[in-house]
Amino acid sequence: MKFGTGQSTPRVEDARLLTGQGRYTDDMARPGMLYGTTLRSPHAHAAISSIDISAALEVPGVVAVYTHADIAGYGPIPCLVPLSGEVKTPRTLLAGDRVRFVGDGVAFVVAETREAARAGAEAIWVEYEELPAVASIAAAIAPDAPKIWPQAASNSLFDWQVGNPDAVAEALAKAAHVTRLRIIQNRVAPTSMEVRAALGEFDAEAGFTLTTGSQGVASMRRELSKVILKVPEDQVRIITHDVGGGFGMKSFIYPEYALVLHAARQLGKPVKWTGERSDAFQTDTHGRAMESEAALALDAEGRILALKVETWSDLGAYQAQFGPAIQTMAGGRIMGGVYRIPAIQNLVHGVVTNTTPVDAYRGAGRPESAYIMERLIEAAAREIGLGVDEIRAKNLLTPAELPHANGLGLTFDIGNFPAVLERAKQVADWAGFPARKAAAAARGKRLGRGMAYYVEIAGGGGTEEHADVKVAADGRIEMAVGTQSNGQGHETAYGQVLAARLGVPLEQIRIVQGDTARMEVGGGTGGSRSMAFGGGAVLQCADDMIARGTALAEADLGGDVDYGDGLFKARGSNATLSWAELASRHPGALDGRSRYTTKESKPAPTFPNGCHIAEVELDPDTGVIAVTRYALVDDFGVLVNPMLVEGQIHGGIAQGLGQAVLENIVYDDAGQLLTGSFMDYGIPRADQMPPAVTFETLNTPSPTNPLGVKGCGEAGTIGAMPSVINAIIDALDGKQVEMPATPEKLWRLANAA
Amino acid sequence: MRDFALVRPASLADAAAAFSGGGEAAYLAGGHTLIPAMKSRLRMPDALVDLSGLGLSGITRDGNRLWIGAMTRHADVATGATAIPGLAALASGIGDAQVRNRGTLGGSVANNDPAADYPAACLALDALIETDRGSHTADDFFQGMFTTALADGEIITRIGFSIPARSAYAKFRHPASRYAVVGVYVADHGGQWRVAVTGAGPGVFRWAEAEAAIAAGGALPAMPADDLNSDIHAGPDYRAHLCGVMLKQALACLA
Repeated sequence: MKFGTGQSTPRVEDARLLTGQGRYTDDMARPGMLYGTTLRSPHAHAAISSIDISAALEVPGVVAVYTHADIAGYGPIPCLVPLSGEVKTPRTLLAGDRVRFVGDGVAFVVAETREAARAGAEAIWVEYEELPAVASIAAAIAPDAPKIWPQAASNSLFDWQVGNPDAVAEALAKAAHVTRLRIIQNRVAPTSMEVRAALGEFDAEAGFTLTTGSQGVASMRRELSKVILKVPEDQVRIITHDVGGGFGMKSFIYPEYALVLHAARQLGKPVKWTGERSDAFQTDTHGRAMESEAALALDAEGRILALKVETWSDLGAYQAQFGPAIQTMAGGRIMGGVYRIPAIQNLVHGVVTNTTPVDAYRGAGRPESAYIMERLIEAAAREIGLGVDEIRAKNLLTPAELPHANGLGLTFDIGNFPAVLERAKQVADWAGFPARKAAAAARGKRLGRGMAYYVEIAGGGGTEEHADVKVAADGRIEMAVGTQSNGQGHETAYGQVLAARLGVPLEQIRIVQGDTARMEVGGGTGGSRSMAFGGGAVLQCADDMIARGTALAEADLGGDVDYGDGLFKARGSNATLSWAELASRHPGALDGRSRYTTKESKPAPTFPNGCHIAEVELDPDTGVIAVTRYALVDDFGVLVNPMLVEGQIHGGIAQGLGQAVLENIVYDDAGQLLTGSFMDYGIPRADQMPPAVTFETLNTPSPTNPLGVKGCGEAGTIGAMPSVINAIIDALDGKQVEMPATPEKLWRLANAA
Repeated sequence: MRDFALVRPASLADAAAAFSGGGEAAYLAGGHTLIPAMKSRLRMPDALVDLSGLGLSGITRDGNRLWIGAMTRHADVATGATAIPGLAALASGIGDAQVRNRGTLGGSVANNDPAADYPAACLALDALIETDRGSHTADDFFQGMFTTALADGEIITRIGFSIPARSAYAKFRHPASRYAVVGVYVADHGGQWRVAVTGAGPGVFRWAEAEAAIAAGGALPAMPADDLNSDIHAGPDYRAHLCGVMLKQALACLA
């Protein structure tokens, strides 16, 4: 095939990104540009008695110092899914009379140089009156815990529940066997390679321009203009260039984004803020952070009768933009996975603590739900003496049972879960495990094997997406799509989709993203939605431009025209017109905006799913583990670029493995962040990855979008957390261990009686 | 990072003069501790005195000592200290390739980070630490966390390691920083054994019981957990246990 999808086309963005030609926010410079820095709270919880900025204003180079009093007219960072009812938890751009976590912004200093801004921040004198802090879920929900939001009844701001509690209670009471686990999912930092940065500019006529690394400019502009700046949307332009990783965290508005715009307007000069790594650890939204009590009821043969999960979700100090939704609307309805579960209940408590706000992180609730179910089902298998593969095979939904309503509001549409499980076992050489285990034992090592069957709900984030095309006189096609690459390779994948539909070479196409002046609508990137929605928009836009071109060509050629292979061909003659010829004859006439909407404008979820199998070797003498084998089979629907998919899988596994064995945000009891740098917060390195990742797909196209794709961005992470931990538990002969499974923890468990 | 003056002296005397020339000065070797501290404004020297132009790099053998210049990069020790394979191997395991291409022997030894690798080699290889003012034995040099026998402004010029019959270093890496949680250097000086431990305690130290046990061919001792470090990655009893494991691993490397 000359063009098109399904091929592992090398990334068109690689040459740029790998040779230092990428353009990131901090690369931007403007004449006369000023630099901002944020003074942050060193306390987890304190009242601000007074702020004296006079010495800061004396520091050479300092131009302005802003505190809450200066910016009180702006709105707070919005929480778009406040589940707390009447209790509001507004996060103002700078703290007013109270700080609620270490890193909460107190003042914004603008200076002629970065160093002057930092020196200015150090010269500010803030008088704090320390308040007792609650830095963990346990501390926050203790009976007499100090309250972070005094108007709330407690630090537990909401209860959210789906399912059928009565049926679950009845099934638990009469089940032959009930497996119960208390499961902790550690708080992690997104640690994007590129830290956040923002450049603010103001023009009296055009209004504000914000340049920042986002996951979609349109939604960010909507909230920033409407809620925070309180100006019409057309007075705000947001530009996103290259983005060095987001993982959910860069979807959101952060105070600095508004502060640089405020300062730019006040001072009449561009203002840039670039976070440092310590800013990132303290203020980038964290992920996961939850504790659950889970129970799985089984009959005597190991068939699941009921699942009950109760979770305390740590929201951090403020309800973040989507924070309350993560364990509820985003991930709470997929609890239980694609197993046949007659009775199911998921109850989530949203708890505030004096810590960094928690929000979407790679998978956003879906990994957490899968982790709970996959831990439970392996524990249950062990307890009742079934193989971990057998108990899954017994309980997985079969194709004949689809579509299947899961009891929590979702309907699984398509898939062949038992076939994926069986293929994964073959790919992983399931049968060869006992021999490998014996060989490891002969070397003094304990080999363990873990499985995970995950399902994700992807393709959320609205019911439409837009694409906008321009055809230049030389035939070059530039298409803007309302999603945002954070490094995934959208330029290549969308280009392939468009090239295939038009029958033109990829080199003739340029994909652009990230400017509200070009695309004021778009759902952005998140929830593995880009290809399902952006891909649909690209196809729609291609079809519309072919229709426009056909009409123009028919007028020019005086008869019916067929389009194919990049040419408009007159029926019954050899006359043709190319895109270049048409665009030269009719400048602008081929250009246009297309809107892709889902069928009947209804939500069009996809359900990527798959089976991961990990083997880990534990050294009982040190507690060190090595992932010795890793195999997985996924159902991703149609693959546009298999190589990019595999890359997403590798990165996803790295993040899941990182959370499982290494990554951990730790606060002390006073709410001080103990893991505020890479010296204390470990992330996986190449030598901790499995020596090989054996990856296959067994695909059933999704019926909910024209490409038939399901999305693959989060899948690797979702499967890796439970498969790795289950393998470690197996190496420990069934002793349960919580993430991160660090060497010290494993040494203690391996050597405990 | 606050503004500072960069001084590039051509002689040791000029370097020392620049150091005491007024204001707060700091010597710049590889900069791998100093520069991050300056970036985070924990250190704000007025002047950096660059030691790279003083000819302090290189490896030479003199009888039973291997002399390594203070400004020799870890990467060069890793490939050049062939007379002491255990020391070369230690250098090849410091940090990552970028660190090894910048970091220096003298910088590491002068800093005496309690989790650094080189101090263990110095102790176990009975090193002489030569300076612009004289010399120190390793046994007297390391005085606990970030503390050494160096006087203010004293510059390490080179370090002479006793060439052992055989030696080896084993370390357990910190999960995040990859510094030594515990590192044990074992050296056989012709039946005289020296064993040095880094990472486990507030500073590098010799493990006398292990030295005696190995020399006598007896059972290896257990490290008492008292006074060992504790942090979120390793408690004192785990560190004590790892001392024993690393000792065994180092001894196994000798065989």
